[in-house]
Amino acid sequence: MTLVKTKIGRRSFIRTSALAGGGMMVGFSWLASCKMTPEEVNSLPKEWFEINGFLKIGDNGMVTIMSPNPEIGQNVKTAMPMIVADELDVDWKNVIVEQAPLNLDVFQRQLAGGSQSIRAGWEGLRMAGATARKMLKQAAAAAWEVPENEITTSNGMIYHETSKKSAGYGEMASAAALMEAPEEVNLKEINDFTIIGTDRLNVDGPKIVTGKPLFGIDVQEEGMLTAMIIHPPAFGKTYKSMDAESAKSMPGIVDVFPVEVYPEGVEKQWSDGGGIAELVAVVGESTWQCMQAKKALKVEWESPSDLESTASYEEDLEKLIEAPVEAPARSDGDFNKAIKGAAKVIERTYSAPFLAHNTMEPMNFFANVTADKAEVKGPVQTPEFLEKTLSSVLGLPIDKIDVGMTRMGGGFGRRLYGHFGVEAAVISKKVQAPIKLVYTREDDMTQGTYRPAYKVRFKAGLDKDNNLIAWSVKGVGTNDDLVFEDRFPAGAVDNYLAEKTSLQTKITTGAWRAPRSNFMAGAEQSFMDEVAELAGKDPIEFRLELFDRAIKDPVGPPEKNDYDPERYAGVLKLVKEKSNWGNTNDGKARGVSAYYCHNSYVAQVLDLTMDGNKPMVDKVVCAVDCGIVINPISAKNQIEGGIIDGIGHATYSQMTFEDGVPQQQNFDSYHLIRNSEAPKQIESYFVDNGIDPTGLGEPSLPPVIGALANAMYKATGKRVYKQPFILEKEIVG
Amino acid sequence: MSKFSLKINGKTQEVDVDENTPMLWVLRDHLKLVGTKYGCGIAQCGACTVHLGDNAVRSCQLTISSVGDQEITTIEGLSENGDHPVQEAWLEVDVPQCGYCQAGQIMSASALLKRNPSPSDEEIEAAMNGNICRCGTYVRIKKAIKTAASATQNA
Repeated sequence: MTLVKTKIGRRSFIRTSALAGGGMMVGFSWLASCKMTPEEVNSLPKEWFEINGFLKIGDNGMVTIMSPNPEIGQNVKTAMPMIVADELDVDWKNVIVEQAPLNLDVFQRQLAGGSQSIRAGWEGLRMAGATARKMLKQAAAAAWEVPENEITTSNGMIYHETSKKSAGYGEMASAAALMEAPEEVNLKEINDFTIIGTDRLNVDGPKIVTGKPLFGIDVQEEGMLTAMIIHPPAFGKTYKSMDAESAKSMPGIVDVFPVEVYPEGVEKQWSDGGGIAELVAVVGESTWQCMQAKKALKVEWESPSDLESTASYEEDLEKLIEAPVEAPARSDGDFNKAIKGAAKVIERTYSAPFLAHNTMEPMNFFANVTADKAEVKGPVQTPEFLEKTLSSVLGLPIDKIDVGMTRMGGGFGRRLYGHFGVEAAVISKKVQAPIKLVYTREDDMTQGTYRPAYKVRFKAGLDKDNNLIAWSVKGVGTNDDLVFEDRFPAGAVDNYLAEKTSLQTKITTGAWRAPRSNFMAGAEQSFMDEVAELAGKDPIEFRLELFDRAIKDPVGPPEKNDYDPERYAGVLKLVKEKSNWGNTNDGKARGVSAYYCHNSYVAQVLDLTMDGNKPMVDKVVCAVDCGIVINPISAKNQIEGGIIDGIGHATYSQMTFEDGVPQQQNFDSYHLIRNSEAPKQIESYFVDNGIDPTGLGEPSLPPVIGALANAMYKATGKRVYKQPFILEKEIVG
Repeated sequence: MSKFSLKINGKTQEVDVDENTPMLWVLRDHLKLVGTKYGCGIAQCGACTVHLGDNAVRSCQLTISSVGDQEITTIEGLSENGDHPVQEAWLEVDVPQCGYCQAGQIMSASALLKRNPSPSDEEIEAAMNGNICRCGTYVRIKKAIKTAASATQNA
């Protein structure tokens, strides 16, 4: 058994108390890892020790686990409580999961992002369950006057075998709450898990399929008005003036006014990225009436500076990739010398456009701001930061601002940037009424924090025996520098050079599902395929040779390389076996790819047939190493979603600009993948290694773009270098 | 503004709105039936799908004045206890991720199965192509429709 500490030095991860109506409450710090040394613990910020997860055991034996994290579709609301329940040793059917309350002083709000919820929460969640179980055993031992080590538990029951005594958790909960919290507890052996590793259905499933109000856009409050915004039609334009008279007289319209969202001097947070300083607000009785007034409004905008277009970005990115950079991000050996002496050299350039997030639920937020306090709620991934900005914008102390989180109709990174919450608050303040701000789809698509546009150039050299002796990567992105210099194949090639730079633009950009990896993986794995072909080697064998090198004789200090070559090779070997690589695939064109990001390893083999110039994916076989899998049915759902998302965006989607104006404004011109374009079949397999779990919200997306590109080459004989792989107007067949 | 009497989920409801108001907003803003979702407003995403009679329609394009005495069914009225075969299949297959588009998906799927109790893969794709799922649950949507189809036939 693993013994973990609930307290290190003066800092405790646990707080327990009795429940008013009987039963016990255990508060815990789910983000803190109890495996850390006292030195590591002391170096952590104090806030990490704040109690931010709760479990309650009622005197009826029902267990309520309050999930601290917002739910954006990654299903942590099911997975995180599963971890607690397993260590607590209760029947899953007696567990209720609630979104934790938001206005408790002790509740440290958390951020959903980077596929980190499960990885960061693993230790704390297990400790909380194990601590409550130990205290229940202590209470039973005291009540029955028997040694605690003779007490066992199973499925929410406590037993003492020799005396034949037994009790439900509920009966002992009030007494357990009075016990001293243990300083250390035993965690279960992996093989003893009864809930972790089993399929558990989404706890919110019944509400979703019956249309219950769960989302921010569903919020209804007494006396609430609807608000909409008009933002500048082009990046680089700002508000000048408007004629609001006719719109104001339209039915149901309460007010129309320009609104300064971020007045000068306001302290902005990173999460305010994408927020526009001054907008026009329309407030009315209903959504439809506001939409009509928006159309009738005549707003004048001005252009204080140049307006930018897609064509100019493409030119500027091309110039940047040609220009020398000051210093490489990483350099091993001597790339330039090695490439000169290489028997074969290959160089390829890949590019990708801006992408919108396009969450199905458009941005929205409820706000009720009065002279002395503000209540806001809605779908936001960064409530703490929103609260700070609101404090500055509204001139209210933090304790007078209450930020609530609702379920989110998709995130993909978009809801890290909570400017819409600020907009809602300033509009509410102006009209002195509770309002719900709702973006139209067009507002949502054209005021983005887009995935940056990227370009990357790879160059590789082979010696006369077709060994890879030199590899370089140079990447550029808009407001982003793209390259992960310490990722594979760094560490596997003697002469390695990584360079990166970025292009500043007015188009606001931000995190988009698997930032940077969402482009780099596809480009790198396409190039790897071409290099393997040049070497005359099987693409999987070629990659495995490189991993073998990184395992046996890594280039540079091994700790510098940001991947574990054995786990990387492991998923490739698994996908090779499961896809029956090299044997039969019914004449389909087939491509392979592997990538590591967000702490998880993924390899995929993709089979397709071409329908005209459109790739129709028959099957994707996916091997994943994310350590212990908490909830397989849901884990597979995340993997399938990432694969479909990756294929869809790389094949069909792009956001372009003319004089700063987004050219795609709704789903008639922005092509999102549809049902008939999705893979017919996806099979997912997990490496069973008992390693602590890592996340799955992002890692399956990046590599599939490489597998798709490589299979398209097999089908057509032509390599694809530019995303989207096919444009709407070019679809034939 | 005009008064309308609507038959929604088996009940008669009175509303007083502009005759051009789309049913989507009548449902969401006036009748507080928020299970029907706004996604695009131009009949491209299917999030607002409801049944008009037995047919799946996009409520963002269905003006209140065009409804007349036709019966409207929304996700809230698809079944009394959330036990329509399609809803049950959606749970069994664990389809939803964020869940936002799923009411529309379920309304399209249930209308499909009503007119075609045993659809082929191609028929499923054709019927479901107007419903975007940004989370990419398409493989499960197809599987759940087949699960519901076979459950209905074996019932």
